[in-house]
Amino acid sequence: MRLFLIGLLGMGYLIPGAASADPANSHIRTLAASCAACHGYEGKSRGEIPSLAGMSAEYFLDKMRQYRDMQDDGSVMNQHAKGLEWEEIAGLAGYFACTAPEAAACREYRQQAGTQ
Amino acid sequence: MKRRSFNKLALAGLLLPASLRSFASSAGAPRVVVVGAGFAGATVAKYLRVWSQGGIEVILIEPGKSFVSCPASNLVLGGSRQMQEISHSYDQLVQRHGVQMRQASVAGIDAHKRSITLDDGSRIAYDKLVLAPGISFDYSHLNALAGTDLQQRFLHAWKAGQQTAALRQQLQAMPDGGVFAITVPALPYRCPPGPYERACQAAYYLQRHKPRSKVLVLDANPAITSKRALFEKAWSELYPGLVEYHASSELKGIDPGKGTLETTFERVKFDVLNLIPPQTAGRLALDNGFGNADGRWCDVDYVTYESPQARHVHILGDALDSGLPKSAHIATSEAKVCASAIIALLAGEEPDPAPVFANTCYSYVSADEAMHVANVYRFDGKSREMKPAPGGGVSQARSASEAREARSWAANIWHDVLG
Repeated sequence: MRLFLIGLLGMGYLIPGAASADPANSHIRTLAASCAACHGYEGKSRGEIPSLAGMSAEYFLDKMRQYRDMQDDGSVMNQHAKGLEWEEIAGLAGYFACTAPEAAACREYRQQAGTQ
Repeated sequence: MKRRSFNKLALAGLLLPASLRSFASSAGAPRVVVVGAGFAGATVAKYLRVWSQGGIEVILIEPGKSFVSCPASNLVLGGSRQMQEISHSYDQLVQRHGVQMRQASVAGIDAHKRSITLDDGSRIAYDKLVLAPGISFDYSHLNALAGTDLQQRFLHAWKAGQQTAALRQQLQAMPDGGVFAITVPALPYRCPPGPYERACQAAYYLQRHKPRSKVLVLDANPAITSKRALFEKAWSELYPGLVEYHASSELKGIDPGKGTLETTFERVKFDVLNLIPPQTAGRLALDNGFGNADGRWCDVDYVTYESPQARHVHILGDALDSGLPKSAHIATSEAKVCASAIIALLAGEEPDPAPVFANTCYSYVSADEAMHVANVYRFDGKSREMKPAPGGGVSQARSASEAREARSWAANIWHDVLG
């Protein structure tokens, strides 16, 4: 997990709102925006589908690993998780943890990613 | 995406400081004109503004006063939702995001001079043009429907709005024991599961108010095109004897006087006919020369959504011949990829060469049960086509919890597009 986060930091995934238009970042930003159809604009849900904004990266990665590894149970997240590359899931974890850079989830994420 | 190419991209990104974002335009902010404010058009307009941090001027042209959602519109037919619940204002696009809206239609496009003409005669120049023209209906095979009077009588209700409410009224006015016929065109058409969801909603209403009636689905396709087993189960368990399905039954003719129609196999009497016609890309795109070889849909480069027919003209949504389901989520997903690509192009940067798309689509079988189909799609650089990623599929069973998710989906996607 920690090594993984360090990798993400290196790839520049930490600051989702930044105006960088490089392809790797815009790939994750666009993918994250695609989650909005169900999970709400900027990851903030207006219904019973959970919000992703400010979700702890560790929790996000755990859940997505479960969805990806489980047998097909006909759930939406099972079906989406299996279609994503792990690098993309990791990018999304960092993106949503840091939708509010001052939030606890983002501080924790930066701390874990920045210290060994 | 392969790990190696992904890491290469990530590394390339490190060499490009964020501060280098600049839009090379001598005449101030670059201008993108978007035509059509459905799911695709409204989304690309909003996200161009948000992701450029206001650095791109966006003009959104739409003849309609407000946004009426096709998703959930079948619930209006069934009676569990009202028109005002699926109708939304464009105000937030203007007030919160600085999109300039023009309530108008486009009379002409000059791709060479990069300008469009509106129906009031005014001209608007653009750096990039995005067409999100949706679908048009093709009645050419039905001579009896050549007049618009008959097209108004046999409603499609396949663009949510006035016809949605009018079809509900026709259903309410139908006598008990009547036949509500729905004709389904051959694929591709907007919203593959939509006609079958509509059959459920009509049956839901009839079961409560006119139980001796029948919903007759006449499908030009050889079988139900989406969520087949789930719909068959819903019809037999929830509406036994109420929904009748005829496969490979293309509509061939109508006798409006007698109230009968002819399909490939039979002549049928109906009381209300919901005629969902064969579809094409919106006429705006076809009439301006952006149709593909068979003249029905549009092709684009799926990295930028630019048309092969004209530089700086991008096309989005249901008008495309992408092979992907023509759904609201796909339209918004494409619009975000396109917005991202246009921002990169205007800044002189490379767009993401391997974009990823998602689709999640719910169908309601009653007022309180639903089911879904979900898929991830990837652009494949080798074939230049979209390919489904592993893992996609449908619900194991319809459920009340999926109906609650579907409500949440609708609230969230509406806000994502317009809020």
